[in-house]
Amino acid sequence: MYSIREALSAFKRAPLLTGLSAAMVGLALYVVGLFGLAAFNLGLALTSIEERVEVVVYLRDDVRQSEIDLALAELADIPDVARVRYVSKRDALERAQQDLPEFSELFGGADVNPLPQSLEVELRPGSRTREGVERVAADAGKYPFVEDVRYGQEWVDKLFTLRRIGAVSALVLGAAFFAVAALIIGTALRIAIFARRDEIYVMRLVGATNGFIRRPFLFEGAMAGMLGGIMAWLATWATYRGVYAFLFAVAWIPGVWVALGLAAGIAFGVLASGLAIRRYLREV
Amino acid sequence: MIKLSNVSKEYPKRGFALRDVSFQIQKGEFAFLMGHSGSGKSTTLRLIHMADRPTSGEVRVTGYSSDKMPDREIWKVRRRVGCVFQDFRLLPGRSAQENVSFALEVTGAPRKTIQPRAQRLLSQVGLAPKAGALVHEISGGEQQRVAVARALANDPFVLLADEPTGNLDDRATRGIVELFWDLNARGMAVLMATHDLELVRRYPNARVLELDQGRLVFDSNPT
Ligand SMILES: Nc1ncnc2c1ncn2[C@@H]1O[C@H](COP(=O)(O)OP(=O)(O)OP(=O)(O)O)[C@@H](O)[C@H]1O
Ligand SMILES: [Mg+2]
Repeated sequence: MYSIREALSAFKRAPLLTGLSAAMVGLALYVVGLFGLAAFNLGLALTSIEERVEVVVYLRDDVRQSEIDLALAELADIPDVARVRYVSKRDALERAQQDLPEFSELFGGADVNPLPQSLEVELRPGSRTREGVERVAADAGKYPFVEDVRYGQEWVDKLFTLRRIGAVSALVLGAAFFAVAALIIGTALRIAIFARRDEIYVMRLVGATNGFIRRPFLFEGAMAGMLGGIMAWLATWATYRGVYAFLFAVAWIPGVWVALGLAAGIAFGVLASGLAIRRYLREV
Repeated sequence: MIKLSNVSKEYPKRGFALRDVSFQIQKGEFAFLMGHSGSGKSTTLRLIHMADRPTSGEVRVTGYSSDKMPDREIWKVRRRVGCVFQDFRLLPGRSAQENVSFALEVTGAPRKTIQPRAQRLLSQVGLAPKAGALVHEISGGEQQRVAVARALANDPFVLLADEPTGNLDDRATRGIVELFWDLNARGMAVLMATHDLELVRRYPNARVLELDQGRLVFDSNPT
């Protein structure tokens, strides 16, 4: 009771400083929130791309049907492989004509079919990684009648790299903002302690416990942290709406992440003021 | 109850404030701590209140020893030892009652008991009629009574008073010391620092301790 009342009165006494503390925590968490938003959507994109990861084995035109059957059976036996589909030259042409209207204009009348026949190898979910793809591609490449092996792994790699760069920059930027936030919370706390030095003196004199003396300041830190968390939440949401409306469709981060962010803000506020109070309370 | 054993206190650069001081205060005793300015009276009281630690020797207060008491447990001593000062050290802008309630509140007294207990403490020091008055609107003697009521909040066994009458006129001084004797009659030990020899002479029943340059040079009633 006493602690909450005191923390609120401290806020009333120096709203600007508490506001600034909250804003800094908010900025730090906003950076983290933006990264969270980006990472979450990249993750979604990666999953959908990974679902489409497959190895395409192009065959020479002169391959015999018995050789195709053998390759089909052998490739299907590889543990990484979920399914192997045979695509004949005619199938390939039909698909191309469907997908690319210009194609039929170019080749529609011709008797020659320039497209090769192929085997489309679909991987099991656990094997849709660079290593899995390369293993299967290497195996498929050993057949003498194979013209070429293609797979879209470069894309997945690029996305992974992008995500890593994003994580590092968010971490660095976030840490910098958190450091500034800690400094400001420390200053706010010093001022709050100074404003209440008479009361703190009397509390000590009559035998209040250290925990009791500390509590209102920790509450204040928690309040600043929570306010910051809410600001970051709103700012991230606004950014999300903005990107959604003007750039491209993105998904909102899971509610658990939001809750974690708020909890992190509160924990940070308590921690920062706890550390600051350790330093300053001795001097009162 | 209070026991100083070979206590010395050295301040960096200032030298020794206390040298090898030993004495005991028993339950229910009334003692004056005398000495010139700078003789170490305040230092002695601060050590008993554990606001500071001796450089050597040991201060014992009830079961608590200055040797073994971790900082975070000193509040336990503070609740057993009441303290008043020459400058009262009340919270300005609050009423007498609020000053006493504050002490009860911050030491975890149950909410419902705070109001009646503060009132009882104030009537014990003879200040019930001024309970609602702001502390800067009452006289010095009355302010010191508020400070005494506050010091009694946690039912201490001893009251330490550091020149409590230093800012008061004769009449108010007598009033405060009489109040101390009242409390003493109800079982409270009192240790009062003063350099007012005339005042001390008026109370021949009290024990007198005298410090000179940090040494205990006189004890009317050594135990
Ligand atoms: N915190 C401190 N730091 C350094 N020296 C101190 C400190 N407190 C007291 N002293 C020194 O210790 C000596 C004793 O001081 P103390 O305050 O105990 O004397 P006193 O008997 O209470 O004097 P007075 O009657 O003036 O209040 C003095 O020389 C003083 O300068
Ligand atoms: Mg003194």
